[in-house]
Amino acid sequence: MDRTTTEWNLSLNVRATVLAVLLLVVGLGLWEGLDRAPLLGGGGELSEYEMLMGGADERARMPPPSAIIERAWTELSNPFYDAGPNDKGIGIQLGYSLFRVLSGYLAAAMIAIPVGFLIGMSPLMYKALNPYIQVLRPISPLAWMPLALFIIRDSEASAIFVIFICSIWPMLLNTAFGVAGVRRDWVNVARTHELSPLKTAFKVILPAAAPTILTGMRISIGIAWLVIVAAEMLVGGTGIGYYVWNEWNNLDLTSVIFSILMIGVVGMLLDLALSSIARLVTYQE
Amino acid sequence: MTHAFVEVQQAAKRFPGNKGSPDLTVFENVSFQLQKGEFVCIIGHSGCGKSTIMNALAGLDSLSDGAMIMDGREIGGPSLERGVVFQNYSLLPWLTALENVRFGVRARWKEWDERQVTEHSLRYLQMVGLKDVITRKPAQLSGGMRQRVSIARAFATRPELLLLDEPFGALDALTRGVIQDELLKIWSQDRQTVFMITHDVDEAILLADRILLMTNGPEARIAEAVEIDLPRPRSRGEIVKHPHFYALRNYLVDFLVNRASELRTAKPDSRGLHYPRQVDPIAEAAASASSGKAEGLPTDPTTHKLVSFTPKETHHG
Repeated sequence: MDRTTTEWNLSLNVRATVLAVLLLVVGLGLWEGLDRAPLLGGGGELSEYEMLMGGADERARMPPPSAIIERAWTELSNPFYDAGPNDKGIGIQLGYSLFRVLSGYLAAAMIAIPVGFLIGMSPLMYKALNPYIQVLRPISPLAWMPLALFIIRDSEASAIFVIFICSIWPMLLNTAFGVAGVRRDWVNVARTHELSPLKTAFKVILPAAAPTILTGMRISIGIAWLVIVAAEMLVGGTGIGYYVWNEWNNLDLTSVIFSILMIGVVGMLLDLALSSIARLVTYQE
Repeated sequence: MTHAFVEVQQAAKRFPGNKGSPDLTVFENVSFQLQKGEFVCIIGHSGCGKSTIMNALAGLDSLSDGAMIMDGREIGGPSLERGVVFQNYSLLPWLTALENVRFGVRARWKEWDERQVTEHSLRYLQMVGLKDVITRKPAQLSGGMRQRVSIARAFATRPELLLLDEPFGALDALTRGVIQDELLKIWSQDRQTVFMITHDVDEAILLADRILLMTNGPEARIAEAVEIDLPRPRSRGEIVKHPHFYALRNYLVDFLVNRASELRTAKPDSRGLHYPRQVDPIAEAAASASSGKAEGLPTDPTTHKLVSFTPKETHHG
């Protein structure tokens, strides 16, 4: 009778996982297969060019997934080796990038959250500061780079400054928005209990606005991770962005694809970390 | 003249009108007194400014005119001496039931240690029957339970004056009855002064020593004060059997349905301070009964004339 439900009694999660794995296998299989197939016109006897080139293709091919997996294995089995300025392990490069992102990001949080509080609590400050925020916010973070290099005169610190400037706005605006939107009733509870302004801020407004603030912090870390790759391509030396560009210059596409994947994985982990913190402060009304 | 515990004198709230048009007066000439330990309910239709009066007493809102004095001092802002229970509970949703009560207790007695604060909070949570759900957040509690937590928080800080803004407005009739009993129980221990807004006539009769009746807004006033002389302790089951119950109830319902809007047009004597006229519906009903009318049915015209607004002059100061 109920055959359909009994046969498909797998949970949604299991079915989603099966489908995702299936898509991966099919996608990689197609890629691998197409990569190995001879180019059009190939097959049969080798042309004169092919004989001259010892069987190589006329155009460079995409590396097949198997080569990328192999590269990932060798890189990840020894991620922290350091063989000179142009040959460092992927772990070291990611470590440099993470250090820059986190220091710029934390500096931004330390300024954005108190200032956001101020703007959210005081309509005067909001009106006074809003024009500056609106002008500064849409500026591409990389546009600050020349100015930062000139003023700071240090490429490392300039990269951190660029992260700082790009991650400050979402945190600032979300904090202001969250603080301004705290329900009047809860502030009244603080007032009827004669809480000092400082206590009101920490015991009522901060927990009430925390989910909104965390949303801003999550947006910021995402943007910071996007921007660090571009910033490091510009400043060079170390970091995952530099690594990608360096491997491109080496014409090592296998490493380029591998590092692209690593950027994605680290970005995802950063987002997961922030979302699990956000879950701690979320409340249900 | 001796001052009452709480004095409200000629309070008024006006909102500036648009260009050219006159100010909108929500209420004016509102004067009343609360005696220490008294339970007073205020009844009136929506929009007559009850909540504004209450918020002004709490110190959360300001009046356009008039003064409010508690214990010889003018009310200028919120104070722990005046606890508030809001209609929408106003619990902090990120704290558990116990933490919400502790929040109030700790604000009140800053010198207490953690254990004292917790013990005191638990005692009040137990009084409202919530001992078993203290670790739940407000979102995991029913509406009735939330309002109990809110009541526990307000009573636990032992304020001199408790302000209840329609605390049971959002609850179903059964839950409401249970919490009314709990409120009476917890109030009878400390005998704090309570000022409560309600829309429910039965609730007002059950709880109050005195009921203030407000006319409809705009330009609302407190027209009358009805003394509820039913013996305490009262219970919902017993109170309806009291011979005076229906006379009181009919009088109040008649006021709300018929007279609250009529009285609005009555021009108040604007000189001096007027306290609301003290009314004794039992005596009036008896008077009308002796003239051959059914007891407790003040729908006949003689009763109307009898209770039409005649402000009592009181010299002050």
